Amino acid sequence: MPYTLKINGQSKTVDVPADMPLLWVLRDVLNMKGTKFGCGIGACGACTVQLNGRAVRACQTQVSTVGNQEVRTIEGLSSDGSHPLQKAWLQLDVPQCGYCQAGQLMNAAALLARTPKPTDADIDAAMTGNLCRCGTYLRIREAIHLAANGGRKA
Amino acid sequence: MKTQTKQLDRRSFIKVSALAGGGILIGLYTEPQLLSQQPGAAPAPTPVNPGTFITVHPDNTFTIIAKNPETGQGIRNALPMVIADEFDVDWKQVKIQQSDLDDKYGRDMGAPAVRQIEGGSTATPQNYTPMRNVGAAARMMMVATAAKQFNVSATELTTESGVVTHTRSGRKATYATLAQAALSMPPMQIADIKLKDQKDFKILGTRVPGVDNPAIVTGKPSFSIDVNPPGMLYAAFEKCPVFGGKVSSANVDDIKKLPGVKHAFIVPASEPRPANAPPGPNVSWASGVAIVAETWWHAQNARKQLKVVWDEGPVASQSSAGYMAQIKALASKTSEPPAGGGPRSTKEGDVEAAFKTAAKIVEAEYDFPLLAHAPLEPQNSTAWYKDGKLEIWSPSQIPQFANAAVPAGIQNTDVTFHLVRAGGGFGRRLVSEYDIEVSKIARMVADERVKAGQPSVPVKLVWSREDDMGHDNYRPAGYHYFKAGLDANGKLIAFRDYVASYGNTSVIPANEFPRGFVSNFWVGEGQISPFNIPTGALRAPSTNGISFVMQSFIDEIAVAAGKDPLQYRLDLLANPTANAPAFTEASFGAPFNARRAIGVLEAVRDMSDWNNRSKLPKGTGKGVAFQFAHSGYVAYVVQVSVDANKKLKIDKAWAAIDIGNQIMNVSQAENLVQGGFVEGMSHMMAWEITIDKGRVVQANFNNYQPTRMRQVAPATVEVKFLKTNYSPTGLGEPSLPPAPPAIANAIFAATGVRLRALPLAKQGYSWT
Repeated sequence: MPYTLKINGQSKTVDVPADMPLLWVLRDVLNMKGTKFGCGIGACGACTVQLNGRAVRACQTQVSTVGNQEVRTIEGLSSDGSHPLQKAWLQLDVPQCGYCQAGQLMNAAALLARTPKPTDADIDAAMTGNLCRCGTYLRIREAIHLAANGGRKA
Repeated sequence: MKTQTKQLDRRSFIKVSALAGGGILIGLYTEPQLLSQQPGAAPAPTPVNPGTFITVHPDNTFTIIAKNPETGQGIRNALPMVIADEFDVDWKQVKIQQSDLDDKYGRDMGAPAVRQIEGGSTATPQNYTPMRNVGAAARMMMVATAAKQFNVSATELTTESGVVTHTRSGRKATYATLAQAALSMPPMQIADIKLKDQKDFKILGTRVPGVDNPAIVTGKPSFSIDVNPPGMLYAAFEKCPVFGGKVSSANVDDIKKLPGVKHAFIVPASEPRPANAPPGPNVSWASGVAIVAETWWHAQNARKQLKVVWDEGPVASQSSAGYMAQIKALASKTSEPPAGGGPRSTKEGDVEAAFKTAAKIVEAEYDFPLLAHAPLEPQNSTAWYKDGKLEIWSPSQIPQFANAAVPAGIQNTDVTFHLVRAGGGFGRRLVSEYDIEVSKIARMVADERVKAGQPSVPVKLVWSREDDMGHDNYRPAGYHYFKAGLDANGKLIAFRDYVASYGNTSVIPANEFPRGFVSNFWVGEGQISPFNIPTGALRAPSTNGISFVMQSFIDEIAVAAGKDPLQYRLDLLANPTANAPAFTEASFGAPFNARRAIGVLEAVRDMSDWNNRSKLPKGTGKGVAFQFAHSGYVAYVVQVSVDANKKLKIDKAWAAIDIGNQIMNVSQAENLVQGGFVEGMSHMMAWEITIDKGRVVQANFNNYQPTRMRQVAPATVEVKFLKTNYSPTGLGEPSLPPAPPAIANAIFAATGVRLRALPLAKQGYSWT
């Protein structure tokens, strides 16, 4: 059935089953490939997007439950890669394979929106659901601090 | 030390052997003909043709080919960086283009035996000099062309930032103005190419961010799973959960009626080796049911309605409990003398006689489990069969035309093979069943559609996480019965390991330290049979498990001797026996070099303030381990804290690493080492694959937990690269193996509890 979603500030109408997860609506119906499939059970965080600024797992979010909430994906984190987190990720050369990083960034952006100056403990608590198989956690944490400090190393 | 040619046997080179499922196992022997695209004799070096790798644009910028598969190890940066440095251009003038699979890249870099593969930490050592030759030949061609234009000798010209300068006259020419004539010069013989002095490198040895980072952080399609040619359909493929099982029947007619489903059919298993298979890789596939739909979710959702009658086959009677019973039954054979020689056993001296004279005996049993690779991007591949040709977009670490051609029933020359960034490899993508399966499915879909008067379409196969965990090629497990003898001074005089091996021989430390540093050294083996779980290479094959058992047991020996465990290793290394490998200046593929091992141990001792470790508080301890792996030398000291409830925290890790005289990209290198340590933490604490009734018990990350961010304390892993006089070797693998034993040895130092089995979670441990 048809659903009209607000995604990255744009209105998109899709005709899909009610129980189709937002992840697959984004990836395979709307061809927005930035949000990643990792586990399908909400255990890895690769599919993290924001609903009204709150980080959620798109693989566990049925399209029928989205309603009028604003969906924000990695493609909408900034129009040009200028979000402080994106800049910090580039500055510190965070990725190895890079597959988890869209989810990491969307979760980190939700964290900074509610906690602009997070401590290490804040970061660990918020980010521990996002796994990085390559093990770039040290750089991810450092990059979040860097972004929170306006791009200056603390 | 005398030269021992047999020391070149096991861990010296790269062995590539065919596996069922289109895989190639990166092992340890050299067979250069198997490293080439075509079987047969190893091809001779060829002239270097830089135009294959470099395109010069009118604005004096340059597109450089990245020829190898990128799975996160940073090779898409590293190889073009080598070319750019020798070519004498600035990195900001360079754009990177990923190549397709094509024999011309090996040939035109002068090394036709070197393939486009990611495995065995081989990309740097195999390509470093050829890539230098490409860049240097291109630079020399620019200089020669400018010399002709300026009518001066080439020796009077210098290059910088893509400009040739004649200093005396002040004349300059950009590469852009010279390129047409320069890059159409005949290919250069390698002997005529003059390389830069290493001290003049401007790009290599610096920090160069990943070329795909901007795309990754903005969510642009970057990975194999993101490939989306027009009209594409999505496939799920259900295979028997029991290894070797086959489809007897399935309700495909019901499945075809489900929403979004376009095709559903049974894919019959290949014959063990298809009749049209070319010589070389064993391209075969398992039977299963393919469901092809308008989205992958529709295909995957339809699997819930799928009813398959399986012929599970004989493996359904196998289980981890049964394997363990066989292992225990082998305990009575541990003192049997090994055959000696080859990769499976070693017999030097007489350990049994030496045990009788020993002042002290240490005995212990160690084991490590089967592991899945679990790269974060699930297995996938996209293929488009049309009019007798096939185009494939693959994340394979070891792309092979035959994996597409054979299942599609066409020739290798009818395949166009695109290499697409993979979301992690770790050895999982050395076996590329998904390439084979998608090519077979794409052909079957195309045939159905042509029959129905429909156009042929691309098909993307995606495995679920559960598909990957249940159908991996697992890191082989190993069970070790150790016995060591010490003399009255604590000197190691006899070392015996009897291995109950299941999976394959790579768990047998027949040529591992302390071999060559103890007079009596036996390694024997007993095999478990039947064992029909597929095994393969996980990051740092062989040493990723062996290091845990050997470096832990050595530690145990040092403690029994009443010695400092780090100094005990140094003392062993300083006193080689006649069986120790001869000292060699060689690097890649060379046997164990005790001097380099001593170097990393001494460096990590100093970095970590090892000698003051007695001042650490109760419940905190430092442990050490070192490993020679894939031509690299890595030593760790790890400091841990453990509380009474077995809550474990890694306080700090120090890594000293010797991979030769040139780090390609310092930023990526540090990242890889930190990542290797973090992966080691996963092996240590939680990872284990078990088998029940011929199928894998674990299904997803909820019961196969990788290390999480909160377990990795800030600034945990401090890395130091030693600069030695050896040619550069790879770094993808060496940083992992000694991490688990260093952690285990630190836990012993903190608590007095010796951990002899992985993972620790089974023994009540957890991260704080």
